Amino acid sequence: MNSSAPRPAAAAGSRAGMKKELPEHFRSYKHVWVFIEFEQGEIHPVSLELLGEGRKLADQLQVELAGVLLGGCGAALTGAAGICHSYGADVVYVVAHPVLADYRNEPYTRVMTDLVRKFEPEIMLLGATVLGRDLAGSVATTLQTGLTADCTELAIDDERSLAATRPTFGGSLLCTIHTLNFRPQMATVRPRVMPLPVPDTSRTGRIVEYQAELEESDIVTKVIDFLADRNSESAQLAFADVAVAGGLGLRSAENVSLVRDLAQVLGGDWGGSRPLVQKGWIPSDRQIGQTGKTIRPRLYIAAGISGAIQHRVGVEGSDLIVAINTDPNAPIFEFAHLGVVGDATVLLPALTEAFRSRLAVNRLAG
Amino acid sequence: MRIFVCIKQVPDSAQIRVHPVTNTIMRQGVPTIINPYDLFGLEEALRLRDRFGGEVTVMTMGPPMASDSLRKALTYGADRAVLLTDRFFAGSDTLATSYALANLIQKASDNWGKPDIVFCGKQTIDGDTAQVGPGIARRLGLTQLTYVSSIDAIDPSHGTITVRRRADHGVQVLQSRLPAMITMMEGSNEIRRGRIEDALRAASAEVVQWNAAAAGITDLGHCGLRGSPTVVKKVFAPPSREEKATLVGEGAANPTAVANDLITQIFARQPVLEGDLMHAAARH
Ligand SMILES: Cc1cc2nc3c(=O)[nH]c(=O)nc-3n(C[C@H](O)[C@H](O)[C@H](O)COP(=O)(O)OP(=O)(O)OC[C@H]3O[C@@H](n4cnc5c(N)ncnc54)[C@H](O)[C@@H]3O)c2cc1C
Ligand SMILES: Nc1ncnc2c1ncn2[C@@H]1O[C@H](COP(=O)(O)O)[C@@H](O)[C@H]1O
Repeated sequence: MNSSAPRPAAAAGSRAGMKKELPEHFRSYKHVWVFIEFEQGEIHPVSLELLGEGRKLADQLQVELAGVLLGGCGAALTGAAGICHSYGADVVYVVAHPVLADYRNEPYTRVMTDLVRKFEPEIMLLGATVLGRDLAGSVATTLQTGLTADCTELAIDDERSLAATRPTFGGSLLCTIHTLNFRPQMATVRPRVMPLPVPDTSRTGRIVEYQAELEESDIVTKVIDFLADRNSESAQLAFADVAVAGGLGLRSAENVSLVRDLAQVLGGDWGGSRPLVQKGWIPSDRQIGQTGKTIRPRLYIAAGISGAIQHRVGVEGSDLIVAINTDPNAPIFEFAHLGVVGDATVLLPALTEAFRSRLAVNRLAG
Repeated sequence: MRIFVCIKQVPDSAQIRVHPVTNTIMRQGVPTIINPYDLFGLEEALRLRDRFGGEVTVMTMGPPMASDSLRKALTYGADRAVLLTDRFFAGSDTLATSYALANLIQKASDNWGKPDIVFCGKQTIDGDTAQVGPGIARRLGLTQLTYVSSIDAIDPSHGTITVRRRADHGVQVLQSRLPAMITMMEGSNEIRRGRIEDALRAASAEVVQWNAAAAGITDLGHCGLRGSPTVVKKVFAPPSREEKATLVGEGAANPTAVANDLITQIFARQPVLEGDLMHAAARH
């Protein structure tokens, strides 16, 4: 059973320690890579967000930023590569092969690890999506390197190492993780955590085509059907201009409707903290935070939410954060812009009414 | 069918607290549970066993007290439980964890036969990386099927399996081969209430306990902190913003007055938003 187990790189035999002693054979590893998720003819927005973030890292390291694009159709990939250039990639590695038409773990892992061994990137970023999470763990294990999941901040430290920060267990702490003695340094980032950069369509770059040696008959997993989602009703949450969310301070499942009502008047979408999902008060695709959706609305109203770090990292990108909480010392007031100390079950209906009449008055006036 | 299920004992997150002064996690007195996502794999395993016969072995790597979770799994109806525990595993990151678990599975296979399926949870609620399952699959050369919402067909004698898998824009229907490492989506099933007989059996059942040597792990360089390529360099509280939230509505006469104050402040800071909301409202 162990036959196909990846053999550790030579360095893995020596001990990983707190000190950086990058083994000789990793010293040639350069450049920042972003795995570009390309499915159903479209680039996943998280990949473009990562190109924006990767650009900053590459500039700081004074190396190139590359996108890595796998797929079945060469022409479609060339088009997508152009988009990657406009979002900041200097180079795009393009691997077109019929076997890669639909995502499958096995061939994608094989191609990604081959590419890493051949072109030697020092950093590799992937989206923490279903696809990215399925792929990242396999690639990191094959390469026997470090992988940090769901990062909220990436930086380069003064030793040229990737400092990957993520919320840690416990509700109010962050930790910064390094992969000191192995390459590439891998990290995943959830959608909407990093801002979408502004594309520059005049930007151009190189394309490096890579010939993958794959045989369909070698791949044991076959895609026999794909049932595409119709736009699910909660698909809006991550992209809504206004988001309203409730926490345990709502005190009962019935009071979730107070959050929904306000969201509706504002033409926005709604969600809640994780405990509401655990209690079954709201569906899991409405959870906001580290393990739910990350949102970046222009206005975010949080009612009866304490503001634990796992919630905070999911909403911090909002333009304006308003908190309603009975406890003046609740952590949410540390990062909200506007706060009301008071009972959400009373204030939410009052706010809904006040917004309704204000918008109606304005409409008459306008 | 022979099925292995990897479960992890985790603190009940709802009740975790951080020490207000030292900023460290207060683990003492925090109740532990089986990682909730692992129960979907366990239930699926039990159903397959009930249908095809065979046995379900639950396994974990952790401190000695992790045997509590294994015993709990026996009360649901698992046939056998194995704990891999050794101080050499302390500080394992996901790569070192998957190394230990792959060796544990190897050793269990030598003892009781190779599994058709290894179930893992989609992710843990404490580590929350979703990396350990794929790591195990890769090390053992198992077919990797993550985010599975249902097993549509399975034929243990021919080693074939068809599953539905939750992808980002829809559901993939995949046909593949056993042995496989499968992670089940939440909500795909519901853990059963164990039978009285199983509870009684679990109370006196032996939890097999192996240390690194017993599991055949000789290269300790791959274990624990030493075997972990990732290093936690810093743990810190998030910086608070320069100014805290501006409090609105203090001393206001009633909720409506508070609400109006708040709206005024919101639109003072986001003037363009008011117009946009109005247009949006007018369209409805
Ligand atoms: C690995 C991991 C991942 C996690 N992921 C997420 C995630 O994605 N999203 C998430 O939200 N959490 C997540 N959590 C949980 C997180 O740590 C907190 O436990 C959670 O966010 C707390 O939810 P809450 O604020 O609703 O509840 P509480 O922390 O209980 O806060 C309730 C708040 O309501 C206030 N309140 C009470 N009554 C009222 C009232 N009548 N009116 C107004 N205010 C009132 C209280 O003062 C309190 O501040 C995660 C935890 C872990 C360990
Ligand atoms: N120490 C462990 N013992 C047994 N199984 C584990 C352990 N750590 C992780 N797992 C399995 O791997 C899955 C994913 O874990 P994680 O990568 O931490 O999110 C879990 O749901 C478990 O099934």
